[in-house]
Amino acid sequence: MTAKALIKDFEAIVGKDNVLTSEADLASYSYDAAVLPNAMPGLVVRPTTSEQLGKTVKLCNDNAIPMTVRGSGTNLSGGTIPSKGGIVVLTTALNRILEINEEDLYAVVEPGVITSKFAGEVTKRGLFYPPDPGSQTVSTLGGNVAENAGGLRGLKYGVTKDYVMGMTFYDVNGELVKTGGKTVKCVTGYNLTGLMVGAEGTLGVYDTITLKLVPPPAAAKAMMAVFDTVMDACRAVAAIIAAKIVPATLELMDNFTIRTVENFRNAGLPTEAGALLLIEVDGHPAMVEEDAIKVEDICKKNKASTVRVAKDAAERNAVWQARRDALPALAKVKPTTVLEDATVPRSKIPAMMSALEDIAKKYSLTIGTFGHAGDGNLHPTILTDKRNTEEWHRVEAAIDEIFDHALALGGTLSGEHGIGMAKAKYMKQECGIAAIEYSKRMKSVLDPKGILNPGKLIVG
Amino acid sequence: MADPKKLVEMLKSLEDQLVTCMRCGMCQAQCPVFAQSGREGDVTRGKIALLAGLAEEMIKDPEGVNNKLNRCLLCGTCEANCPSGVKVTDIFLRARAIMAAYNGMSPTQKLIFQQLLTHPGLFNTILDLGAKFQGIFTKPVNDMLGTSCARFNAPIIGDRHFKTLAAKPLHSDVPSLDTPAGASNLRVAFYPGCVVDKIYPSVGHAVLKVLKHHGVGVFMPKGQACCGIPAISNGDVASFQKMVKANIELFRKGDFDYLITPCATCTSTIKKIWPAYYEDKSDQITLAKIVDKVKDVSAFLVDVLKVSPMDTEGTKTVTYHDPCHLRNSLGVTAQPRTLLKATPGVKFVEMTDAASCCGSGGSFNLKFYELSQEIGRKKAQHIIDSQAETVATGCPACMMQMTDMLSKAGASRKVRHVVELYADTL
Repeated sequence: MTAKALIKDFEAIVGKDNVLTSEADLASYSYDAAVLPNAMPGLVVRPTTSEQLGKTVKLCNDNAIPMTVRGSGTNLSGGTIPSKGGIVVLTTALNRILEINEEDLYAVVEPGVITSKFAGEVTKRGLFYPPDPGSQTVSTLGGNVAENAGGLRGLKYGVTKDYVMGMTFYDVNGELVKTGGKTVKCVTGYNLTGLMVGAEGTLGVYDTITLKLVPPPAAAKAMMAVFDTVMDACRAVAAIIAAKIVPATLELMDNFTIRTVENFRNAGLPTEAGALLLIEVDGHPAMVEEDAIKVEDICKKNKASTVRVAKDAAERNAVWQARRDALPALAKVKPTTVLEDATVPRSKIPAMMSALEDIAKKYSLTIGTFGHAGDGNLHPTILTDKRNTEEWHRVEAAIDEIFDHALALGGTLSGEHGIGMAKAKYMKQECGIAAIEYSKRMKSVLDPKGILNPGKLIVG
Repeated sequence: MADPKKLVEMLKSLEDQLVTCMRCGMCQAQCPVFAQSGREGDVTRGKIALLAGLAEEMIKDPEGVNNKLNRCLLCGTCEANCPSGVKVTDIFLRARAIMAAYNGMSPTQKLIFQQLLTHPGLFNTILDLGAKFQGIFTKPVNDMLGTSCARFNAPIIGDRHFKTLAAKPLHSDVPSLDTPAGASNLRVAFYPGCVVDKIYPSVGHAVLKVLKHHGVGVFMPKGQACCGIPAISNGDVASFQKMVKANIELFRKGDFDYLITPCATCTSTIKKIWPAYYEDKSDQITLAKIVDKVKDVSAFLVDVLKVSPMDTEGTKTVTYHDPCHLRNSLGVTAQPRTLLKATPGVKFVEMTDAASCCGSGGSFNLKFYELSQEIGRKKAQHIIDSQAETVATGCPACMMQMTDMLSKAGASRKVRHVVELYADTL
């Protein structure tokens, strides 16, 4: 079929306005938030209804055209770069919240709903949707599910996969598949929901997603603990968990990040400190009081020089502002910001932090590290300028080594960003060849023409 | 020019700024244009990627990129919220200048910038004439808002509900002023700006009344030129230079403590755009003096004259719209609200999304009226939902846009400048 005829077919499905063909439009969908080379799609299609979405998928499959489904394009792994060309399918017009059920605590959404808008609607009804990826003001729920996005509350509340109860998705033939449901318990058939979450668009195309909601915590308390060394802070993290306290958030910032943030905001952070822990406990008010005292005590016993407990909302906000400032402050230092999310078992955080320090020295690179210490998910952030080819080679080598270390410590390639193109080459290292082959066999049956987000996740 | 090689060369000069965008996409949450269209080419990240694509010769269609580049209100909301601190306004203004040099300007643009706005006398004469004859072409539609629409099919006007040119512009009532400092011991230079002069002279009169009331001397030279923002945002750097030069010449002669404007856009342009783009080295000292002294009128009243809130709340409900150029560029958000609370009889109510752009964006409104309306309709709805009788703001361009949108919605809400409401009570 000629390209022109194809365009006509897509226009017949989604309408002329929703098929983008100009060079400028196509180029606008040739990248995402990952530091990777651009790749131009041949066409961009924006379905506005479920039916249009199904027909779009079928038309792509009938013509063996690669398709990359894209929400806001905020992912950090290149998952939405149309690396094999073909068609970018935008979900931004599939943005309806179909139901928020206050009796049974679930919601049904289309994939293009913006995460924070959804969380806001849920909050208005006195309920809580905990996953809070850093990009939540722009990221879509479909993207969150595809990449299995995390956030600051992962330690206590888990990540996106812990909130997906079911979905409907289109298979490559454009058939609508239903999996999971609206009941808390649902063990019918294969756990296709589990299979589809984090599949990065390689196995099917989400149509609607059913998400679990929970009651919000009645109270919360935030604090900032200051340590002379990263190791002391890490020991405090281990001790808090060992004391059977599960904070909602337990975040770490290293000295470089502290100094950069302070330079950026002048909020009075201790620039001499080796590390900061930003901690929030939440739950029943009495328990929050008790946990806060225990956490403060544990931090002090682990050589915290000071522990500042937020007395009111303004102080609590100041604590979290420091954390929110970490990325923007680091991002301003150099043109290119490579944010990794190597994750290790919690007890291995000290080892990982010291490995990162060594790697920064070895390759003479600037690496600021902050992240979710409570769940072992660190964000070593390399500050560089991609135009400096020589330095960029060192960055690439450093990234390889970061993952070598994370895996050697029993960790994983990605805590919350996904694999995409950026880390596909390391997959064998973590999962082994059998897992790759198994995945490939599955993929070859479910997507025989290989149209669904080719070049991502399992190319090794 | 139209030499692709030269275009690439010129775009390369932006490279250091373009690479600072880490493509995180956070601008999507901020951009009023993207909120309507949902298209990546309409949001900052997309436009920067397109410019980079052109510079790297990965994209071969400058016109296509230029179209996307123009679809920006220059509201600065993305810049104010950008994690990487990308200098968006600067990039876009420079890119537009490059594009204008490459593509050339339309005859209409040339006429407006090179012939009209650079010759304030001629500009005034033509619009004075226009004010006399506009009744033939327009008819009133909303008495409360004082709007009119076109009698005949007129392409530039479309179906706009607009405020007609004032029968008597400010400059014909008050050609110039030079009064000594009074009780305040202060003297200010007064720069009303084109829209206040020609469409909302009442705002200019209000400023003068307030200054007189507070014993502030006024230096208002005759023949003030446009601040230059329409020219530079359309890429006409040369006309911009002429307009700034003309103004510098006028204000050089005065002795004043502050330079006051009732126009958010003019204030922001003088404060940020003049020092960044005005090139004549011999004027730099005068320029620095002016830039240092320029102040939004409500910021002057609250910060300098210490006008402070009343103890008692009035009954006349007023809400406030944050002009982008006051909020994003100058960080002026508290003072206009304080001024409203200091106005006897006013009961201040906050509207939802007071900080969101009204969709005017100067010539954006002319180029993309549909899009501008879609953004403006949201603003009008927030104003209506606030239940306030009056919406106040600090930018005459926002006043025009909100008036159009409210008039079309058939809403009986008044649109006033904050300083007008305050002046009413003196």
